[in-house]
Amino acid sequence: MSDTIILEVARFNPERGGEPSYESFEVPLRPDWMVLDGLNHIKDQLDGSLTFRWSCRMGICGSCGMMINGVPTLTCESLLINYAPGPVRVGPLDHFPVVKDLVVDLDDFLAKLQKVRPWVVRKDDFKPPREFMQSPAQLEAFHQFSLCINCTLCYAACPVSGLDPNFLGPAAIALAHRYNLDSRDQGVEDRLDIVSQHEGIWDCTVVGECSVVCPKNVDPSLAIQQLKLTATKEWFKSFLLPRGKH
Amino acid sequence: MPQYTQYQPKAYRPRMSAYWYLDQWRYLRYALREASSFFVAYFCVLTLVQLAALGTSATRYAQFEACMGSPVMIIINAIALAFFLLHAITWFNLVPRVAMRQMLGRPTPDAISSGPNYLLWFGATVILALFFLGVL
Repeated sequence: MSDTIILEVARFNPERGGEPSYESFEVPLRPDWMVLDGLNHIKDQLDGSLTFRWSCRMGICGSCGMMINGVPTLTCESLLINYAPGPVRVGPLDHFPVVKDLVVDLDDFLAKLQKVRPWVVRKDDFKPPREFMQSPAQLEAFHQFSLCINCTLCYAACPVSGLDPNFLGPAAIALAHRYNLDSRDQGVEDRLDIVSQHEGIWDCTVVGECSVVCPKNVDPSLAIQQLKLTATKEWFKSFLLPRGKH
Repeated sequence: MPQYTQYQPKAYRPRMSAYWYLDQWRYLRYALREASSFFVAYFCVLTLVQLAALGTSATRYAQFEACMGSPVMIIINAIALAFFLLHAITWFNLVPRVAMRQMLGRPTPDAISSGPNYLLWFGATVILALFFLGVL
């Protein structure tokens, strides 16, 4: 096996505009190197102008998500050797505006995330240091959805996100569901109003790729389908009991 | 005096191709699943036409049968059957996504959620097969 591998890396210069192009770099193929190590080698040794995000190198921060051979992946979790003999094509995440090279603009995603109020909402006079006891079963109800690291790989895998820029998207909806399922939360009604709009859960056509690419095994597709069920039940309740509080 | 120009970066906004579902098998599989609905509708219409022919006269039903026996219709129906099976299997497999996630407070295995659909399908097929074979 060769001791090097070719990385074809997307380049885009915002000052020049135009379309991104791919530039090839030869990097060492070491058994313990991730794709991110290859990119860092390029940055350190071959072309310092290459721009990309990364931070923790251990699949926690969610910064280094990119398209590797067309699949949204965390580059810090993808062994370079798995792509041998190459070449490996590395591009910015699909469906996001590209700021420079491999860096995408996440403003729209962050705005959508904020919309669903991804925090514990209390409507009573709760004040710390009072504690909320939570049983293991109550924790289990939302635990998997709380593992989301906002890496946005699910947005890059979701064709609906690409086709409809207004779609709230898998991560935002999964996080809304996470807090809806939390026994400490009282913001379910507010969130349901937001996620059950057309650009929310009803835009999802169950492609299911968001759950496939998630590096933390969160299942956003499941969250969306469960929310569809909840929203439908709530609609029927409001239809049958228009004046009742439910 | 140096001439400064304002820095005006332009983000690249990619547009999805109209043929995005052809890029990768996983998206093509999804598109085929969605397209299978067309063939389900086709079978529904075909059944209605068959019932209408049956209710009209023996001659009309014989014409219908003769039409269904033509090579073109056999090929069309074979393709439609393949899509019909794809439709049933993919949607049965999606049942665990929406229903019966918990039973007796414990997560339900996917097979328990989608299994009854397969059992009903198999049972209905066996009953119909026995009926058409003259056993029932």
